[in-house]
Amino acid sequence: MPRINSAAELEERRSGILSKRDPDKTCISICSGMGCHGLGNDRVISAFEEEINKQNLKTKVDIRVTGCHGFCEKGPIVVIYPEEICYMEVTPEDVPEIISQTVLEKKVIDRLIYTDPNTGEKAAHQSEIPFYKNQTQYLISYNPKIDPTSIDDYLANGGYSGLSKALFEMSPEQVLEEVKKANLRGRGGGGFPAGRKWETARNAPGKDKYVIVNGHEGEPGAYMDRAIFTGNPHLVLEGLIIGAYAIGSHQGFIYTRHDTPQLKKNIDIALAKATEYGLLGENILGSGFNFNVEVHFDVGIFVSGESSALMSSIEGKNPEPRPKYIRTSVRGVWDMPTNLNNVETWANVSQIINKGAEWYTSIGTEKSKGTKLISLSGNIVNTGVVEVPFGTTLRELVYDIGGGVPNGKKLKAIHFGGPMGGSIPEEFLDTPLDFDELAKLGAPIGAGGLLVLDEDTNMVEKTRFFLDFLVNESCGKCVPCREGIRQMAKILTNISEGNGKEGDIELLEEIAEVAGTASLCALGKTASDPLLSSLRYFRDEYEARIK
Amino acid sequence: MDNDKIDQIINKHQGKASSLIQVLIEIQNQNHWLPKEVLDKVSKKLEVPLTRVMQIATFYKTFSLIPKGRNEVHVCTGSSCHARGSARLLDTVQDLIGIRPGETDSDSKFSLETSNCLGCCNLGPEIIINGKHHARLTPDQAEDVLKNYK
Repeated sequence: MPRINSAAELEERRSGILSKRDPDKTCISICSGMGCHGLGNDRVISAFEEEINKQNLKTKVDIRVTGCHGFCEKGPIVVIYPEEICYMEVTPEDVPEIISQTVLEKKVIDRLIYTDPNTGEKAAHQSEIPFYKNQTQYLISYNPKIDPTSIDDYLANGGYSGLSKALFEMSPEQVLEEVKKANLRGRGGGGFPAGRKWETARNAPGKDKYVIVNGHEGEPGAYMDRAIFTGNPHLVLEGLIIGAYAIGSHQGFIYTRHDTPQLKKNIDIALAKATEYGLLGENILGSGFNFNVEVHFDVGIFVSGESSALMSSIEGKNPEPRPKYIRTSVRGVWDMPTNLNNVETWANVSQIINKGAEWYTSIGTEKSKGTKLISLSGNIVNTGVVEVPFGTTLRELVYDIGGGVPNGKKLKAIHFGGPMGGSIPEEFLDTPLDFDELAKLGAPIGAGGLLVLDEDTNMVEKTRFFLDFLVNESCGKCVPCREGIRQMAKILTNISEGNGKEGDIELLEEIAEVAGTASLCALGKTASDPLLSSLRYFRDEYEARIK
Repeated sequence: MDNDKIDQIINKHQGKASSLIQVLIEIQNQNHWLPKEVLDKVSKKLEVPLTRVMQIATFYKTFSLIPKGRNEVHVCTGSSCHARGSARLLDTVQDLIGIRPGETDSDSKFSLETSNCLGCCNLGPEIIINGKHHARLTPDQAEDVLKNYK
């Protein structure tokens, strides 16, 4: 494909793609997210390909293998367009029937549609299924409509119009102002305003400036970034290029997981295609703006997701965090101003530019704007990735969307923020999803992994488990972190094995305070958060095991 | 592993010292472990002191300095799998193949590792063998799965 050299040519290319597509043509969209993949969707995909060949339907039916649709629990998921009929738990054996009944005769197969486990009611379309209908999707909604390896699919869904608007209708300062006005807060954990970070990097002295996508996502139970990045890599890339333009950067880095082959492949293809189309590289869209991207991979240690550790890793060194008296947005990779945001943060950028800060700030709570991707896991009926506006209550997330706790068990606690987060008991279920509200309760949102714990959960054991995880993931640079976490884990092991002694809880609190104060990076600083939150709400469980 | 392949990997990264981690990842992926001669070669070709190569190779869990078994078994011990009983599953797998995480058995049939959440929490608890997911596994199903691997 020839490169695109102006905003007008981009629109021409887009209408060219759309004019070749018939919106009434049947398209079978098969989810190939991590969850569905693990359930054997490759066999389902081959079965569809075979059946379509066999019945000579190649000109009448398209197959689209897509990123995660979100409803991982019921995978493999198949959606038939244009009717948008949603089939769940599809096996290769179901495929001939889907083709003959649904594709050719437009009949819905009752057995494969969603059945409400409580009411027995059936629902054939996403818009009727509680899991989907209670969400507000602005980011993940594209996943079922896009083959991540096809840049044309992204363009057909309005892709790169935000970039074109930024480059041709706005100055870098205006882009920055818009993101600041939108109050886009970092989705990776801290909730720091992205616009302010961009501004620091933009104003910091340095001949080169860098921008980074943090796609490390090492927090157990958090897999929403993978869902977006694997399923719609151009959405993240577009945000990154817009950010680079606002900051004045010409080199970007993507730092992501090495253990997800599909993710790696989709990113590589997206970068190659964007370059071919003139959306990346020299003179982007003929605007005179240059920007290149390099991909780096983590090699399996949690701490390399920490910003300064990650940057050290990009330089080819050990991922050890450094003190941040001078922020990485002033001195980052090779001591140059470097702006790092996580996958979901970048994914939000193009819609802010396209629809404006006013639209964006109309969604959410007073201080947390927009939507948030949440991954539901643990003792919950509907495991999966969901997107809701800030302000949605935890009750809505767990019950209306998540379907509640399985096996008739009672809910005990909700854990947010992974091994450095916290657990809050059932009585706080009506708390709205909000960076500050949840942090106040001791369960910061973190990256957005929501772990549901049922009544059988032993909170002491759960806390020990998180500390055990961190013992292995600490880089070992700071003594209070390396030794402190180990000692806390040891004491907790004793308590959970019934060998706790009087004074253990107080000792735990003392070590937690020191590790929290004297460690360099967030890993050590917040390692004791699960401990402190469970002591705050479930102290009696500790005491019962000591006496 | 033949020298041509190593040279190919190193040449692809143009001998840049900052590509050290990338080079080691690719060799690990191809060869499943990092022999000493290979680390020496990487050190020379990338002009990075061997001590730094070793620092990286021993720091990250993905790199192995010992040969791995024919079948790499991972038990997910992420927080969601843990809430769904991965601890009992791990115990059973250890009993069945007779090694602990990080070890390889004497006839090089299995290597066992634990992994921290692979992002398929709907499948938990699960074990992953040579990249294939065995989902929603109860401890008593583990034997049936493992006996298919030779």
